[in-house]
Amino acid sequence: MANLLFYLFSAIVLGTAVLVVASKNAVNSAMFFLISLMGTACLFVLLEAYLLAVLLVLVYAGAVVALFLFIVMLLDMQGGERKPFSRATIVASVIAAALLGVGVMSFLKHGQIASPVLEANTPAVGAVLKLYAAQLFTTYLLPVQVVGFLLLIAMLGVIVLSKRFEGLEDIK
Amino acid sequence: MTIGLNDYLLVSVLLFAIGFFGVLLRKNTLIVYMCLELMLVATTVALVAFSRYNRTADGNVFVFFILTVAAAEVAVGLAIIVALFRRRQTVQLDELNALKN
Repeated sequence: MANLLFYLFSAIVLGTAVLVVASKNAVNSAMFFLISLMGTACLFVLLEAYLLAVLLVLVYAGAVVALFLFIVMLLDMQGGERKPFSRATIVASVIAAALLGVGVMSFLKHGQIASPVLEANTPAVGAVLKLYAAQLFTTYLLPVQVVGFLLLIAMLGVIVLSKRFEGLEDIK
Repeated sequence: MTIGLNDYLLVSVLLFAIGFFGVLLRKNTLIVYMCLELMLVATTVALVAFSRYNRTADGNVFVFFILTVAAAEVAVGLAIIVALFRRRQTVQLDELNALKN
């Protein structure tokens, strides 16, 4: 049963990710991105990281995708005609595809990490809510502070960026 | 056959590759940005899988931080895109070539 769910959710995640890249309209891309994120949250549930699944849905599917859709609506851009790829893009894509193919092949052939066998009755660490709090307020106290400061700086940056500055030379 | 760590890692690698090709091939800045986010999500899948199968909480806590940083990054990036659109009236990557010459 769990195997079947894993295959189903991975197929959803990967298929909609391909559609994000392939679809012409930015709104369709955002919608497929949303479905892909929901599939990832389901994978997190299969891995018994329930808090992270909820956070992924709240932060990504709730805030980030809504922001993307809002910006797409605000800019009101047309899809426009697809221009043919430049030669540099084609060369870069072929090299990247070859490297990725070799990487995945070597991973499948030699990179098999001896997967620890999970007994059915061992509780997952990610499922215990108390453990996150204990880690965040002891070992990772400084990173939590730094991340809070980062969010403050990001907020200030967005406010400054969205202000209109008069009299700036346009770059042409 | 039970699902092991390697299967999750394979999904993560494939998702990362799809996002990477999106960044390479698409010309619309917003879609490039979505593909960047896909790559971040792919790394979080790998981290959670490692954390689950090695029974440590560190991977999960890292995912916590990645989510925070991604939220901040999206806010700033989209503000930059809006400012760019206001100034140049386009978000297509091949028309943004002010640094070319």
